[in-house]
Amino acid sequence: MSAAVSVDQRNVRVGMLAMLGALAMLGLGYASVPLYRLFCQVTGFGGTTQRASESDADIAARIAQSAGGSTISIRFDANTANDLPWTFRPAQPTDTVQVGIRDLATYVARNNSDVPITGTATFNVEPEQAGRYFNKIQCFCFTEQTLKPGQQVSMPVLYYVDPAALDDPNMKGVDQITLSYTFHRVKEQGL
Amino acid sequence: MATTAQGFDAHHDDHAHADHHGADHKPGFFARWFMSTNHKDIGTLYLIFAIFAGIIGGGISGIMRAELAEPGIQILGTWVQLLGGDGASMDANYHMWNVFITAHGLIMVFFMVMPAIIGGFGNWFVPLMIGAPDMAFPRMNNISYWLTVAGFCSLLFSLFVPGGTGNGAGVGWTVYAPLSTSGSTGPAVDFAIFSLHLAGAGSILGATNFITTIFNMRAPGMTLHKMPLFVWSVLVTAFLLLLALPVLAAAITMLLTDRNFGTTFYDPSGGGDPVLYQHLFWFFGHPEVYIMILPGFGIISQIVATFSRKPVFGYLGMAYAMVAIGFVGFIVWAHHMFTVGLDVNTKMYFTAATMVIAVPTGVKIFSWIATMWGGSIEFKSPMVWALGFIFLFTMGGVTGVYLANGGVDDYVHDTYFVVAHFHYVLSMGAVTALFAGFYYWFPKMSGKMHSELLAHLHFWVFFIGVNLVFFPQHFLGLDGMPRRIPDYPAAFEMWNSVSTTGYYITMVSVAIWLLNVAYAYLAGRKAPGNYWGEGATTLEWTLSSPPPFHQYETLPVIDDSHDYHDHRPEKA
Repeated sequence: MSAAVSVDQRNVRVGMLAMLGALAMLGLGYASVPLYRLFCQVTGFGGTTQRASESDADIAARIAQSAGGSTISIRFDANTANDLPWTFRPAQPTDTVQVGIRDLATYVARNNSDVPITGTATFNVEPEQAGRYFNKIQCFCFTEQTLKPGQQVSMPVLYYVDPAALDDPNMKGVDQITLSYTFHRVKEQGL
Repeated sequence: MATTAQGFDAHHDDHAHADHHGADHKPGFFARWFMSTNHKDIGTLYLIFAIFAGIIGGGISGIMRAELAEPGIQILGTWVQLLGGDGASMDANYHMWNVFITAHGLIMVFFMVMPAIIGGFGNWFVPLMIGAPDMAFPRMNNISYWLTVAGFCSLLFSLFVPGGTGNGAGVGWTVYAPLSTSGSTGPAVDFAIFSLHLAGAGSILGATNFITTIFNMRAPGMTLHKMPLFVWSVLVTAFLLLLALPVLAAAITMLLTDRNFGTTFYDPSGGGDPVLYQHLFWFFGHPEVYIMILPGFGIISQIVATFSRKPVFGYLGMAYAMVAIGFVGFIVWAHHMFTVGLDVNTKMYFTAATMVIAVPTGVKIFSWIATMWGGSIEFKSPMVWALGFIFLFTMGGVTGVYLANGGVDDYVHDTYFVVAHFHYVLSMGAVTALFAGFYYWFPKMSGKMHSELLAHLHFWVFFIGVNLVFFPQHFLGLDGMPRRIPDYPAAFEMWNSVSTTGYYITMVSVAIWLLNVAYAYLAGRKAPGNYWGEGATTLEWTLSSPPPFHQYETLPVIDDSHDYHDHRPEKA
């Protein structure tokens, strides 16, 4: 550093660097929102379920066939937010499926009000370590659903349980997975 | 070097832009205290502000302890009515309780400990100890102070506007969503959040100022590895502030937009997640607890070395232990959230990482003891307070290791055991460090000696009082008493009444302290430059008490013969 640089100039430089550091952390605070979502999707954290394609499902089915036919019980759970005047329930409360094999579950929703309402469903599974093995191929929860006054619809979920779950020590003793949905009213100005 | 200050008045200031009246002539009252750019004056302002805020925050804890003295709701209704609510409504009473715990926590963290230990002692003694004439950015220093005051006003104002169930923000110092978003309508929570924005902005500017001052304005020869440990502690703290506070700012700004502008960062109905707020809050919140205690570590190191008449044992180990605590402090945050549903491996990591912090902390505790070992110890008031700190902080540290276990935390999470733990490290650790620093430096700052007798009396009454308040809370917690409740089953009554008695004893000790301050100003002897004798070796002791308005016109030089730091080589 040359002697020509005064203490004041050096102070401004260090001070600016420190403020930049603070700004970077502010940015990181906001960046944590998409990063957190990504983290949950990748790791199945907090029971976040996975999305799979038809070809993934075919591979899983072949693996399952060669591994022999373990079965697992699936419990279906349905909730609505307080401000949503819908009836929402699974067509059947439980089902026993073969691990790795596609299964179709159906939920029934009915709009009890006299205005059309758009809802969107949040979802996860319990126990939470099952999230990374619970794959959905098609789900009504991927899109918003609009129901006319008094309209009743059946909504399908096409899913399978990844046979890799059989090799995970954390999944030992898990013989039932609960798939849970909660319908919320879509906020008009929501992000 | 000792001549720098004494020779100062005779020294003619011939800088073209200097004050006409000579540098030690102070500006008028308004300009000096309201537009201050002098680090010592700003430090004094911070200390006065912290005492004022501490009395309010401590008074609120008195209301809480009085309410908890016996089962049932006794006095909350009176306070609800005082603040213009319906005192007969139980919901209003419960909300009042939540408002009190919120105000107590926020005031003590942001407006008492931080302003006192960083703004007060940091501003006063960092420039003095490194041989700098002032802080790097004196005007920004002033802005930092007034932002903190404005934040405090915003928090007090929130008590008088609606916050959902009644007046005031009843969300806890953690301001968790969804209680703080959809759970609390009305402007009170907005004012409380804004108060954190203001105080946070003030602290970020202050941290920038300290980092720049310590990196650029050290006297010739004062290398980083010769700096007194108090300066090291403030440097590490400044980095923690700079990296942690912006994350809090982001988290609470998202709260504000969720509350007022329809965003759904923490609202599941729009794809958000309330647990994200907890992650962000504790990413700030855990470093924050080190922000409050690290400068205390620095103060204790100065005092133990001074009154043992020995250099600090393991100086580099002490400095880098603080760096290590600061670094690890950023990667342990989820131990505050063991019950949100983390899987067993995540809990294992956060348990192990948290326990690692006990290693550098142990290095510090044992180095203080090793500093005293074989020293010529004098039990002056700062030393007695410092010993009290080491004892009380270690107790809080032990329960910290205990709580770090995810499995144990599942049992005692949100019970009085946790309350006892963090009050041992903060209300007793950080506050004893503050009082130790106060008695160490008060005569230096004021020029008047306090009474050693009253200072010792203050210590013993305080020590008995706070232990009576908080030790029984361990039992209450293990027996399952939840925190944040104003009423409880009769089985918890005995230890609660002991705890409340302890509070009154602690208040007596605070009265003794204020009496001591009054005594010093009214009848105290004039303090000489170095009133602690040959054990006090850092640069501030080369100046008069109080130091001149502007010090170090000629910068001190630190070399082998004048080694003004606390690990000077022992003379052969």
